[in-house]
Amino acid sequence: MAALLELAHISKRFGGVVVADGISLSVDAGSAVGIVGPNGAGKTTLFGVISGDVRPDGGNVLFEGARINRLDPGARCRLGIGRTYQVPKPFERMNVFENVLVAAQQGGRQRGVPSHERAISSLERCGLMDRANRNAGSLGLLDRKRLELARALATGPRLLLLDEVAGGLTAPEVRDLVEVVRSIRADGTSVIWIEHVVRALVDAVERLLCLSGGDFIADGAPREVLESPAVREVYLGTDDLAIEGTA
Amino acid sequence: MSAPSGLLPLDALDSRGSYRVRRSARPSGWLIPVALGVVVLLAFMPGIVSSGDTSLLINVFVLLTISTMWNLLAGYAGMVSIGQQAFIGLGAYAVVVGSINGMEPFTVIPIAAVVSALIAIPISLLVFRTKGGYFAIATWVVASAAQLVISSITSIGGGTGHPIPGLSSLSPSQFANISYWSALAVVVIALAISYLVLRSRLGLVLAAVRDDEDGARAAGARVVLARHAVFLVAALGCGAAGAVLAVSQLQVQPASAFSVQWSAEIIFVTLIGGMGTMEGPIIGTIIYFALQQNLAQHGAWYLIIVGAVAVAVAIWFPRGLWGTLTKRLRFEFFPVGYVVAPDKRVATRLRVPESAPETAVAGDR
Repeated sequence: MAALLELAHISKRFGGVVVADGISLSVDAGSAVGIVGPNGAGKTTLFGVISGDVRPDGGNVLFEGARINRLDPGARCRLGIGRTYQVPKPFERMNVFENVLVAAQQGGRQRGVPSHERAISSLERCGLMDRANRNAGSLGLLDRKRLELARALATGPRLLLLDEVAGGLTAPEVRDLVEVVRSIRADGTSVIWIEHVVRALVDAVERLLCLSGGDFIADGAPREVLESPAVREVYLGTDDLAIEGTA
Repeated sequence: MSAPSGLLPLDALDSRGSYRVRRSARPSGWLIPVALGVVVLLAFMPGIVSSGDTSLLINVFVLLTISTMWNLLAGYAGMVSIGQQAFIGLGAYAVVVGSINGMEPFTVIPIAAVVSALIAIPISLLVFRTKGGYFAIATWVVASAAQLVISSITSIGGGTGHPIPGLSSLSPSQFANISYWSALAVVVIALAISYLVLRSRLGLVLAAVRDDEDGARAAGARVVLARHAVFLVAALGCGAAGAVLAVSQLQVQPASAFSVQWSAEIIFVTLIGGMGTMEGPIIGTIIYFALQQNLAQHGAWYLIIVGAVAVAVAIWFPRGLWGTLTKRLRFEFFPVGYVVAPDKRVATRLRVPESAPETAVAGDR
């Protein structure tokens, strides 16, 4: 069976800075993959390449076996690639429900469920239903992150790209978020999750990659990757790898 | 913040039928009667006010029509065009061509609108290659080019313009009334189309694009398609407005029909009233004509005051007068949004179980 997502020899440079140096990655349907890496390693750029926001200098992006290099972000979303942005992009003059409804109407592949209902179930899943009529511009950072996730969910993705959704959340909130991601996976949706908060990832994914210097330097089970000497070295002197206390 | 940390697993919830989705924050049942009442009142105006006032109202309706169209373009779809006078002029000249060929001038108005929209298709393919400020300049260039092309065709009057033939059978008062009603019909249809577009799925996409284009794309929106659709609708409306203008003034001159002055007026009324709201252009047009009627005899002072008003609104009401007001009052005349309310008809909604007990996690700060 073909992989759900396949990146083949992706390269990208911004001026003299190489952020992707022939990256290849294969993600199976139904799996959850975490990506860690130091600041500026190119994690978000890699998401941009998958979602269509960033055009790579070279390489191919395949989704369900088909090349999607030339598709714009909207078309990729409609194919089933949902994404959240690290800095949330709410529609500030619309209310929370409308924010999610537009995603359900436009990105959602019709599966016999009215877009209203898909929007509401996405909001409930992300704990935003009590704020459905609030103006999105009035939300705090936490709720903006939830809205970002709810909007991506409403598009009915087969692959969900999470870009630092746990950043700035408290431990119980992170734990709730991990539960939501698990329930998303239970629906058969694959997840790629970029996160600086490593403890969130360890519990939510079965495969962890570490991106540094334009390519993956480690790939495997989360705990093995975090203990590998190569990963230890790039995180040397920081406490970003702290995962104590995660059961 | 006292908000619950409510990220919940899906199986705890059953949302089906437990919420009702409504349009608008407040019951808008009175909107349609009030709107109809205003339209009926306006329709009887020619019998109430002088012919000078009806010709003033024609100008109000024309400016409101094109501002409403520009508001869809710039206020929602993010396309700041300063070349809508291209379609005003093309609509006006469609009336010239139609009436020269023996058609009844008033019946050419809808045809002129369609002709403008058809010409907008190749124009959009050209100007859509540019973005932002370059798009604005490109549309202006297209409008100027259209003026030059029209001015060079001697059979429709060249640079000096052309009168509208075929209206001599009407008495002056009949002509004034039909001109007025045509302008009223065009502005009512333009507002209705704008309202229906904004309430549709396309409207929700446009509002999303207005707020965050990247976010709209990430939500799966066909942003380019939406822009094309809006560009055509705007050309349709501006073409109809130009046709009304041509008929009511009995003549067309390329220098005034294709004047960039139109864009200045459109931008003024839309920014004053509130870009990205249905009501904005209406409020802005009323203010613009109120200033014009009261101050026009003061010559230069009129323009200075109009400029000062624009600067003051830009500084203190960056969302325009209505844009600021609607945010404070949480009220809108033309509700295009959605409101979700618990459905009281469903008594047995599954309760959400309490989330896992809050045991402290070692290692967390």
